[in-house]
Amino acid sequence: MGLRRNVSLTTALRYKGQGTFLTYILHRIGGLGMAIFITTHILASFLGGKGGVWVNTIYENWLFQIFIFFCTLFHAVNGLRIIIVDLFPKLITYQRETLWIEWAVFLPLFGFAVFVITSTALGV
Amino acid sequence: MSGSHSRSLSLAKRGLNFEMLMWLFTRLSGLAMYAFILFAIVGALLMGARNDMNFADVMRWGFMPNVSHVGNTDIPELEPWSTPFWKLTASGLLLLAVAHGVHGLVVIADDYIVTRRGRNLVRILSILFMLTMIGIGLYVLWTS
Repeated sequence: MGLRRNVSLTTALRYKGQGTFLTYILHRIGGLGMAIFITTHILASFLGGKGGVWVNTIYENWLFQIFIFFCTLFHAVNGLRIIIVDLFPKLITYQRETLWIEWAVFLPLFGFAVFVITSTALGV
Repeated sequence: MSGSHSRSLSLAKRGLNFEMLMWLFTRLSGLAMYAFILFAIVGALLMGARNDMNFADVMRWGFMPNVSHVGNTDIPELEPWSTPFWKLTASGLLLLAVAHGVHGLVVIADDYIVTRRGRNLVRILSILFMLTMIGIGLYVLWTS
């Protein structure tokens, strides 16, 4: 019952509420990504041994760092937007503009982080 | 019922239930985690991260100020990074993050599990999961 959608994902993204729907999906992906990452990371640090060390080397890989930084930064920036709009409900009139600001904040920060992590990893 | 209508109800009429409190907690803990992370990053910069750590390591420290997160850096002396002060900071961040995250998982699960029995089960499991992760997390923080 719960899993049934009225429209497909691509239709939902093309729908009028596309901007908010995209951020809603990415917020969930980011949150789930962090929840899985933090759970396994804490367990691996606790258990230690060969398996724990192996799991934690994944987390030191620069590609994984880019993925988890995307999850974290997007969840943080979108979360701050949600907090601001919820604390000042009149701003909901400017929802579209808050999304523009959000991407204008997120993209340069994430781009900078990807550049720094990549250049550090590749030793450029 | 439209959003503006429900917003015009007073708090007493809307009722102050657990879900409403968790809605508020999610927002406040989000803000608090911003404060904790900024605090840890500033602390790292004051303790010499500008010369001895790269960007990714500063981020690792910022998101969880645990001494094992700076073990691979050029930091010469690890003592200042494993003080009770930083362990307490890390513990506070852990408690906030686990509570915020587990509640988020419950919210997601509620979209797919809609029976009363299923939702009760999700809540019981989430509380057990939360307590386990807090226990293991605190153990790792205070023994590393």
